[in-house]
Amino acid sequence: MNTNLAPILARSTGAADFSNDTIWVSVIKAVAILLFLLLSVLFALWFERRIIARFQQRLGPNVRGPFGLVQSIPDALKLILKEDITVKAADKVIYLIAPVISVFCAFMIYAVIPFGPMVELPGGFTTPLQLTDTPVSILYILGITGLGVYGIVLGGWSSGSSYPLLGAVRSTAQIISYELGMSLALVSVLLVAGSMSTSEIVNSQENLWWAFALLPAFVVYLISAFGEVNRLPFDLPEAEGELVAGYQTEYSSMKFAWFYLAEYINMLNVAAVATTVFMGGWRAPWPLVTLFGEGVDQGWWGLLWFILKIWLFMFLFVWVRATLLRFRYDQFMAFGWKVLIPVALVWLGLVAAFQGVRHFTSFDPTAIDVGGLSLRTVLFGIAGILIVVTIVMYLIPDRGKKPAVEGAGAKVPEPADEPFDAFAGGYPVPPLPGQKLPPSTRRARVTTPAAPAEDETTDEEKTDG
Amino acid sequence: MTNPYIPLLIMGGLALLLGVGGLAASAVIGPKRYNKIKVDAYECGIQPSPHSIGAGRFPIKYYIVAMTFIIFDIEVVFLYPWAVSFAELAGFGLIAMFGFLFLITVPFVYEWRRGGLDWD
Repeated sequence: MNTNLAPILARSTGAADFSNDTIWVSVIKAVAILLFLLLSVLFALWFERRIIARFQQRLGPNVRGPFGLVQSIPDALKLILKEDITVKAADKVIYLIAPVISVFCAFMIYAVIPFGPMVELPGGFTTPLQLTDTPVSILYILGITGLGVYGIVLGGWSSGSSYPLLGAVRSTAQIISYELGMSLALVSVLLVAGSMSTSEIVNSQENLWWAFALLPAFVVYLISAFGEVNRLPFDLPEAEGELVAGYQTEYSSMKFAWFYLAEYINMLNVAAVATTVFMGGWRAPWPLVTLFGEGVDQGWWGLLWFILKIWLFMFLFVWVRATLLRFRYDQFMAFGWKVLIPVALVWLGLVAAFQGVRHFTSFDPTAIDVGGLSLRTVLFGIAGILIVVTIVMYLIPDRGKKPAVEGAGAKVPEPADEPFDAFAGGYPVPPLPGQKLPPSTRRARVTTPAAPAEDETTDEEKTDG
Repeated sequence: MTNPYIPLLIMGGLALLLGVGGLAASAVIGPKRYNKIKVDAYECGIQPSPHSIGAGRFPIKYYIVAMTFIIFDIEVVFLYPWAVSFAELAGFGLIAMFGFLFLITVPFVYEWRRGGLDWD
């Protein structure tokens, strides 16, 4: 085997060793994970509101505590102090169980996520920074995600109301459709990593993160992740303009809080899985390893890299939410079934064929020499050139570009001679193509935009019980 | 710990405790003021339409999505063990899996062409 390309075929480099852990160590780790998740959600609420506010030229919560950091705590406490309403039409037992299923499944994913490598605690006790790892961890993650759908569908169904029911079936169809793209994207990683255990997958990325080697799979995974956690642009189950709050409409107090919490933990979950499977898990970014040596890739440093990578994904979620609009439902389902799944299938076929040729025939496509350079060098060179070209094209301003004509071959009508009446029929109407809006009589009022006001309560996503 | 599933049980127990505990806490702490309107279904302020449990209607499309999902999910579940033991199963496994993928793709294409994946 070509040693230069060994990382592409790194197989079974060993799972984390849990032999030192006793029951009590596991209990402590489990409590630590729960605390980490709860604090992360509180932080995520603040983080999202602040970032969204920045995108919208506002300030976001900035009064309580430094930078408004503790704003989420009273918000969360408020929910517990609200009245717990059970609607009349509800199926009482299932109505009560559904939010617990939701939050339970959200908490369980992190049990198999590696936060870091083996660390030594004071006293010489060594343990991996991971609760547990099984030979089928990835399958377990998908299974728990699938189980989490029950919380949503039962919650919406048992409310005995129209909006939650529609929100629940939408959400279910969405999650199961995008779970397919997600799980197909993961297969190609399992193929090259040769294991379903999360710690082994992280170990297999010692030299090369799978996000780079398997870029199409990573992209499919990332897009599916947005559908999986009901985030914009795929937040159709909670499309406020259509379904009030979707499956959560009839819930209040802590039951609502559990749904809300589960939603945010699910964001952390897909971010953690993306980090573990594609972005090298707790491994330090390799430029840092080159600069500072192997030390930054060991021990407690792993925790830092892991958390940084998670929050990179969380930032992406917020960024996309601030940038993109919501899809229409039929477009959204068509995208999942007609684009993501075929792409994932074709990519899987390519990876399998490539690996098959490498493993089972004497021909090694990665050992091809192109003018004395290895294939890897050539491919990296091409990728580098493409990146440079992309950046250059981005920097060149669009000059001399004609304005796009709306519609295929549509002709902009000639300006009508008659003056446009903005109040035809008594209602204000926008001008049609070709019509010109008469100058406002109140033009003198237009001045500079108002300075952003201090903003604490006008956030779009208030967590009202 | 030699059995990796015991920590999962511990985690599950704690998560369940937290979930049920939260509901219990809000049931104890929260106020209780009965109001006839408050326990009605929410329909943006209008009289809620009659809606009995189990009789809520939704478009048949969702059933079709669910059924197609089952086929593909089973496919994925078969792919996972093959992917993990790719090297051990060697060329036979690869060819068999391509055959399997082909068999799944044919009905997928059929459903696509018949409009089973169109929403309208």
